[in-house]
Amino acid sequence: MDLNILWFILIAVLYIGFFVLEGFDFGVGILLPFLGKDDKTRRMMINTIGPHWDGNEVWLLTAGGATFAAFPEWYATMFSAFYLALFLLLGALIVRGVAFEFRSKDQHPRWRSLWDWCIFIGSLVPPLLLGVAFANMMHGMPIDADMNYVGGFFNLLNPYALVVGLMAVALCVVHGALFLEMKTADDLRTASHKAAWRAWPVTLLLVIAAAVGTYLSTDILLHLGVNPGTIPLAGIVTLLLAGYFIRKNLTNWAFIMTALTILFTVATSFMILFPDVMVSSIDPAYSLTIYNASSTPYTLKVMTIIALLFVPVVLIYQGWSFWVFRGRITEESVLEY
Amino acid sequence: MDALFLARSQFAITTVYHFFFVPLTLGLSIIVAIMETLYVRTGRESYKQMTKFWGKLFVINFAMGVVTGIVQEFQFGMNWSEYSRFVGDIFGAPLAIEALLAFFLESTFLGIWIFGWDKISKRLHLLVIWLVAFASNLSALWILIANSWMQQPVGYVINNGRAEMVSFAQVVFNPNIWTQFPHVISAGLATASFFVLGISTYHLLRQVENRDVYRRSFQIAAIIGVLGTVGVIMSGHSQMQHLVDTQPMKVASAEALWDSEDPASLSLFTIGDTKNREDVFAIRVPGLLSLLALDQLYGEVQGINDLQAQYEAEFGAGNYVPPVFITYWSFRAMVGAGFLMLAAVAYALLLVMGEQLDDKPRFLRMFIWLIPLPYIANTTGWLLTEFGRFPWIVYGLMKIADGVSITVPSWSVAMTLIGYTLIYAALMVATIFLLAKYGRRGAGTELPEEVTDGEPAIALVGD
Repeated sequence: MDLNILWFILIAVLYIGFFVLEGFDFGVGILLPFLGKDDKTRRMMINTIGPHWDGNEVWLLTAGGATFAAFPEWYATMFSAFYLALFLLLGALIVRGVAFEFRSKDQHPRWRSLWDWCIFIGSLVPPLLLGVAFANMMHGMPIDADMNYVGGFFNLLNPYALVVGLMAVALCVVHGALFLEMKTADDLRTASHKAAWRAWPVTLLLVIAAAVGTYLSTDILLHLGVNPGTIPLAGIVTLLLAGYFIRKNLTNWAFIMTALTILFTVATSFMILFPDVMVSSIDPAYSLTIYNASSTPYTLKVMTIIALLFVPVVLIYQGWSFWVFRGRITEESVLEY
Repeated sequence: MDALFLARSQFAITTVYHFFFVPLTLGLSIIVAIMETLYVRTGRESYKQMTKFWGKLFVINFAMGVVTGIVQEFQFGMNWSEYSRFVGDIFGAPLAIEALLAFFLESTFLGIWIFGWDKISKRLHLLVIWLVAFASNLSALWILIANSWMQQPVGYVINNGRAEMVSFAQVVFNPNIWTQFPHVISAGLATASFFVLGISTYHLLRQVENRDVYRRSFQIAAIIGVLGTVGVIMSGHSQMQHLVDTQPMKVASAEALWDSEDPASLSLFTIGDTKNREDVFAIRVPGLLSLLALDQLYGEVQGINDLQAQYEAEFGAGNYVPPVFITYWSFRAMVGAGFLMLAAVAYALLLVMGEQLDDKPRFLRMFIWLIPLPYIANTTGWLLTEFGRFPWIVYGLMKIADGVSITVPSWSVAMTLIGYTLIYAALMVATIFLLAKYGRRGAGTELPEEVTDGEPAIALVGD
C-alpha cells in the first residue's frame, strides 16, 4: 500500500482514538461544576477518569509525534500556524493534568476550588480549540507557496470554526455524561443520565449545524460529493441512536453510539481533507498534500514497521486497564484522587 | 527583543523546567519499584509504607514532568518550524517512538498503579511499577537519541534542502548516545537518591515511631546514590572525551581554553575576557586537561581561537564561539556539584555500613540541605551541552537562527514566553508545597477525607 496514504490513515486513527477516549475525560471535567455539587461528588467524578486520563491524553501526543515523523512539513506549518491557539491548548492541558493530581492533596476549600476550575477550563478549552483547528484545516487557511501560514490568530475564529468547536465540546459533554452514568451509582448516576439526556439535543443541533457549515465552507462537495457516503452519514445515525438508547436507559449502548459518532465525525474530517493535509485558501497549488509534506519512503517504512509492532500492544494493555477498572465508583469507594 | 532571542529564551526556560522534574521521575520510579519488590518478597508492612510514601511523592512530581513535557513536543513545530522541516525526516521518528512506546506505557501503567492497589494481585501490581520505571527511562532513551542527532548528525544525507534518513540503525546507535544516555540515567538515580536521603534524614532526626521506614529508605538511597553518582561522573568523563572528537568547541568553551595547548592545562578558576578571548586571571593545572581529554599527559587540545578560525574556513564567516561565561561556569557548577555529591553519598554509605545513622545527627542534617545539589548539576549540565553547541541547532548542518519559525511574530513569542514562565512558576510553587507537606507528614499517615472550612492550607512545621 502507498505508505503516504497509510500514514494519513494512521494519523487519523490516532486522532480518532484521542477524541473517543479523552473525549469522555473532557466531558467529565466540563460537567464537574454542574454535577459536582459537593466535594465528595466531585471527587467521585474525578476518580472515574483518574486511572485513564493520562493514558488517553497520550493519543494526542502520539498523533503529534506521528505527524512530525511522517509529514514534517504538515507538522511545521500546522503547529506554527496555530501558534497562539496551541499555546492556549497547552495551557489548558497543563493545568488540567496537574489539577487531577494536586486537587485532593490539601483540604483547604480554596485550594480545591482553584484546581476544580482548572479541571473545568482545562477540559472545556481543548475540544473547543481542536474543533476550531480541524475546521480551519478543512476550510482552508492562507498558506503561501513556501508552505507558510500567512494569516493571523483571529481569522481562525470564524463562524464555521466556532460551530465545529462547540460541536466538539457538546459531543464531549454527552459522551462524558454517559461515561459517568456507566461508572457511578445512585444520585450521581441519575444526575449523569439527566445530563446526557439534556446534552443530546444540543449536540444533535450542533452536529447538523456543523454538517451544513461543512457544505458551505469546505471542499466536501469536491472531495465527497453531494452524498458524502457511509461514514459521514453514519455519524448522524449513531448520534440519533445514542438519543434513543439514552431514552431507553441502555447506557452502555448509548455510550458505544456516542463513541462511534465521535469516530465517524473525526474520520469524516480526514476524508474531507484527503489527499491534502493543509488546504491553502490562497491557491490550491500551495496546499500541503500527503505527498509534498511527507518524509522519505525510507522513514515511512521504518515508522510503519514500528507502528505495526507496537500499536496492537498499546491497544491490548490500554484495553486491559479499562477492564481492571470496570467497576462503579460509589460512596464507599476508596478515592485515590 | 527579536523573535529569535525570545524563542531561544523560551526553549531554554521550558527545557530547564521540564528537566527539573524528569530526573526525579527517572530515579524515584526505580527506587519505589525496589521498595515494592522488597514488600512483595518479604511481606513486611514497613516496606509497603515506604512504597506508598515515596510513591505519593513520586506521583506529585510525575504530573509536572508530564505536563511540561507536552510543551516540549509541541514547541518544535510551534517555535522551530524551519528546524522541523529540515530535520523532521530523521528527528520526528524518535519523538513518535517515544510517545508510542514509552509515554503510553508509563501513563497507562501509572494510572493502574495509583488506583489498582486493591484491584490486582500484589505481584501484578509490582510488575506495574517496574513497567512505569522501565517506560520512563525508555522515554529518556528516545528523546536523547533525538538530541544526540542534533549534537552529532549520523545516518543521513542532505537532499531537497533537508536532512533525510538513510540508516535508522545509525541514528539509533549514534555513538553520542552511548555516553549521553548512561549519563542522564545515572543523574536520575543520583537525584532521586538525594531526595530520599534528605527527606529520610528529616524524619530520622525526629523521634518518630516508624524509624525503620526511614532507616531502610536511607540505606537504599545511599546504595543507589553511590551507583548513580559514580555512574554520572564516569559517564560524564566518557562524554567529554567523546566531545573532544565530535564537538571540540564545546570542550574548549567549557574550559575557557582560548588557545590550543599541548600539553593542555585544566582551569580550576578563570576570569576571562570574552571579547578578546584571553584570560584575565586563571588558576590552571598543567597537563591535566590533556590527561582527562586524551588519557595521556601530553597531546594537543584545541583552543577556541583556533577552532573559530577553522570553522570560518569550513563554514563561512560568522561567530562559532559559544557564550563562554555560561559554558565555563555551568561546567564548573555541574562538576563541582557532582563531586560534592560523591563525597556525600560515600559518607552516607559509610554511615549505613557502620550502622551509625543514629550517632551523628549534626552531620546527618546536611543531607536535608543537599537535596538541591543534583538539581544544580542537572540544570547546568543541560545549559552546558545546549549552549555549548552554539551557533548550531544541528551541529555543522543548521544554525540556530535558521531554525526558528518565520511566521510567528515576536509579540506572539513574547506572550507565550511570559505565559509559560508564569504558569510554570506557579505550578513549581504548588509542587514544592505539596512535596514539602507530604515529605514532612511522613509515611503511614492517611489523607483526611473531608473538606473543612477554614482549615489552613499550610501545615505547621513538625506537625
